[in-house]
Amino acid sequence: MDATSTHPPQAKKKLVLVGHGMVGQRFLEALAECGLTGTHHIVVLCEEPRPAYDRVQLTSYFSGRTPDELSVTEGGFMERHGIELRLGDPAEHVDRAARTVTARSGRVFGYDVLVLATGSVPFVPPVPGRDAAGCFVYRTIEDVLAIEAYAKAGATTGAVVGGGLLGLEAAGALQGLGLATHIVEFAPRLMPAQVDEGGGAALLRTLTGRGLAVHTGTGTQEVLTDGAGAVRAMRLSDGSELDVGLVVFSAGVRPRDQLARDCGLVVGERGGITVDERCRTSDPAVYAIGECAQAVDGRVYGLVAPGYEMAQTAAAALASDTSDAAFTGADMSTKLKLLGVDVASFGDAHGTAAGCLDVAYADSRAGTYKKLVVGADGTLLGGVLVGDTESYGTLRALTGSVPPVPAEQLVLPAGAGAAPALGPEALPSDAVVCNCHNVTKAAVQACATLPEVKKCTKAGTGCGSCVKLIGQLLPQSGDQGLCGCFGQTRQELYEIVRTLRVTSFQDLLDRHGREGARGGEGCETCKPAVASVIASLAPAIGADGYVLDGEQAALQDTNDHFLANLQKNGSYSVVPRIPGGEITPDKLIVIGEVAREFGLYTKITGGQRIDLFGARVEQLPPIWARLVEAGFESGHAYGKALRTVKSCVGQTWCRYGVQDSVRMAIDLELRYRGLRAPHKLKSAVSGCARECAEARSKDFGVIATAGGWNLYVGGNGGATPRHADLLAQDLDDAGLVRLIDRFLMFYIRTADRLERTSAWLERIDGGLDHVRDVVVDDSLGICAELEALMADHVTHYRDEWAETLADPDRLARFVSFVNAPEAPDPLVAFVPERGQIKPDLPLLTLRPPSAGGRDTALAPEPDSDLNLDLDLEGASTR
Amino acid sequence: MTTATVRETTTAADPTGAPTPPLAADASVQLHLDGVWLTVCSTARLTPGRGVAVLLPDGRRQAAVFLDRAGRLYAIDNRDPFSGAAVLSRGLVGSADGRPFVASPLLKQRFDLETGRCLDDEAAEAGVGVYAVRVGA
Repeated sequence: MDATSTHPPQAKKKLVLVGHGMVGQRFLEALAECGLTGTHHIVVLCEEPRPAYDRVQLTSYFSGRTPDELSVTEGGFMERHGIELRLGDPAEHVDRAARTVTARSGRVFGYDVLVLATGSVPFVPPVPGRDAAGCFVYRTIEDVLAIEAYAKAGATTGAVVGGGLLGLEAAGALQGLGLATHIVEFAPRLMPAQVDEGGGAALLRTLTGRGLAVHTGTGTQEVLTDGAGAVRAMRLSDGSELDVGLVVFSAGVRPRDQLARDCGLVVGERGGITVDERCRTSDPAVYAIGECAQAVDGRVYGLVAPGYEMAQTAAAALASDTSDAAFTGADMSTKLKLLGVDVASFGDAHGTAAGCLDVAYADSRAGTYKKLVVGADGTLLGGVLVGDTESYGTLRALTGSVPPVPAEQLVLPAGAGAAPALGPEALPSDAVVCNCHNVTKAAVQACATLPEVKKCTKAGTGCGSCVKLIGQLLPQSGDQGLCGCFGQTRQELYEIVRTLRVTSFQDLLDRHGREGARGGEGCETCKPAVASVIASLAPAIGADGYVLDGEQAALQDTNDHFLANLQKNGSYSVVPRIPGGEITPDKLIVIGEVAREFGLYTKITGGQRIDLFGARVEQLPPIWARLVEAGFESGHAYGKALRTVKSCVGQTWCRYGVQDSVRMAIDLELRYRGLRAPHKLKSAVSGCARECAEARSKDFGVIATAGGWNLYVGGNGGATPRHADLLAQDLDDAGLVRLIDRFLMFYIRTADRLERTSAWLERIDGGLDHVRDVVVDDSLGICAELEALMADHVTHYRDEWAETLADPDRLARFVSFVNAPEAPDPLVAFVPERGQIKPDLPLLTLRPPSAGGRDTALAPEPDSDLNLDLDLEGASTR
Repeated sequence: MTTATVRETTTAADPTGAPTPPLAADASVQLHLDGVWLTVCSTARLTPGRGVAVLLPDGRRQAAVFLDRAGRLYAIDNRDPFSGAAVLSRGLVGSADGRPFVASPLLKQRFDLETGRCLDDEAAEAGVGVYAVRVGA
């Protein structure tokens, strides 16, 4: 062992987190951000069988989101930070004297710091029959799965006890399951905690119009059961009975503080573990955060945003004794869509401040209601919005200040004497735009793009209600142009090239470029982008599709220019196409022989191909001569083009396979090979639902069914993984190919430069539904044209490497030096590693620069025997 | 599709209106090196908007020679100071505010073709050397 590593590691502090909900996970992320995951050994005890998920979006399970998709725990997070997450093993006992926690499994964990994030439990009113079969609560994924199973087993009518936020969510879920649904609310209006009487009335009208039976001002007296002990009806406080087969209790929640009570921590009168501003309980070694805690203002917060704030406060307190992070209370603003109705409330929604006034606007026909609460001095204090929450972001951010226009104009609809819509520019720079993460307008505007905002400030990653406002605050409102040379987007340039049949970049630049850029060179952004557009449309506009010809040659990135992938020392890698990943032993041997002969590093890629590294530019033609002779073609690994169509072995060999996935993968790869696109395209075909080819991580993925093929689109791996969405099911072979033709051509036509299908699908108006309308239902009437474009592509495909090898002019550029065609680049050298080569990187280290000026170009140290046999033919001095 | 040749580009309109000397297709491209003009290749080997690499007589130094669409020549050191690899001749030529540049094909930093200055990094060591270049007989 190395002598320097024998020092005993600094003893790590032990931290136990009880509860892994959204707040628990946010706390772990905050620990990681503060660097505490390196100094603490962290154990998380979690009651549920799965890591933290988005409980706020629970209802979206019924619109197709899977439990996995609801997860808020990034894959690999625990491993990366060395956190031990124990699922299904809740804490049962805390011994504060010994500083230990005993879990259900019997394991005992010592702690230096204990953090309770146990959340809350649904409150079930003590009505007789509440334990009958068919009674549920609505809190976890397991609850949702149980409700679904019970409903599908035969219930036709359901009732939700509680007309608050969660109750309406649950009612939406029951409607989604096809049940006739009742809502029973004790208070005189729906959502009593959030909206006022007028808002409740607007909500009631709209929900009744959507087929829900709403009973307000009514209590639940008893759940009635049949002979088998299952729910058959409910008796209400007015004496009436409702015939229902299923009851969901959603009458509020209670902080889950039993663990704290049992170990003697101080809890509030109405529940909730008492904490100070730093979220510390009465025991300084124990913290409590989220819904289980009672904050210093005496309130228990049941929303996720305050919980996140507490998580960050506690982590900051642990990171530094002098942290000034404090949680003293939170804004209860909410904006959500319940049963298709937009509802929002913010600030002092009920007008509790002394001397405040209401400004309200109601339109019962449209189902909209807006109320603002304004202080005596004109300060906006809060408000309620039902049916139309467009202005929520702006209004919430203006809360606490005097709006620049009179309050009544803020609630009037456009055209009814309202001032021009109050834009986000009216917000003060310290206005809080994202409440979940407490991010101000100024902090948002320090970023350039939405992804940057999300990454740097976390704004928009909580409830997401501020994303629209953030978009308006970013500079994109102005110039959407591709680059400094073109004011148009890639999509607009595509249309110009297509309709005006422009085949030359210079033509396009000189006629359609920005004023100052016309007659210039273009730039590294627009040249390859336009080259790709021209290549995609080549047959249709009468351009030569060969990417190395004429002016096209000057536009391509170096990879396309040399038909290979540039690596860090200036050498190239080579990827022959292996359609569907199927290869004969003879061809496999050729690849091996080529690699051995040219001394290339070989590696199997993720796309079922073989990558050969370390070729010098002048070696590319002889390497490809061998490969082409053996029947290989370019794999287009260098291009923004179709890469590979991966496959599993399918029906032919696999006992589970239901279709010939290899055949289909080969057909698709050969059909779309060489297709130039805004970004690379990846695909896969799986022979059954087991999905061994991982088709749902691809731009277009195909999964076999007993009746044909399902087509999924917009998947991605990489840094921002996304599961592909189902576009169409049970297609026959011809139907599948036709739909992919249309999908790809529509993507090529409308995507931005370097925008993968996943990002494109997220960005375009209407998303997947719009794409389905266009490519399945032909809503724009362009499908015939899209198919014709693809047919042109298929007809005109030529192997770029075979063409290059046949043309001496094209081959002439494959030299390291124009004046010494035989000489290798002395900086491209290799050293051995694990029986193969790797780049000699020390050779690339530059010596310090000499004083600037002409003829002082940097040169490598003469530190190696370059042993050059120079052929300086054509070079002479005079 | 036509093949863009050097001769064709000399007829392209020059946006600045400055006269551009015609560039013969078979003239020699010469670099000024150690007080002499060194012929490195024929103009026929250059494609407007791209570069070629030249190995200098010491067998170590490399220059990157570029031709723009107006027929003007530029030469800078071929070595990318950010990666150490000799790849600048394989970058894309562009222009910004009327000044020509090449973008490194590795990490995309841009270098002014007339001064060698890096447009994306102010530090002096981020720049590259430049050579005088002309069309000889």
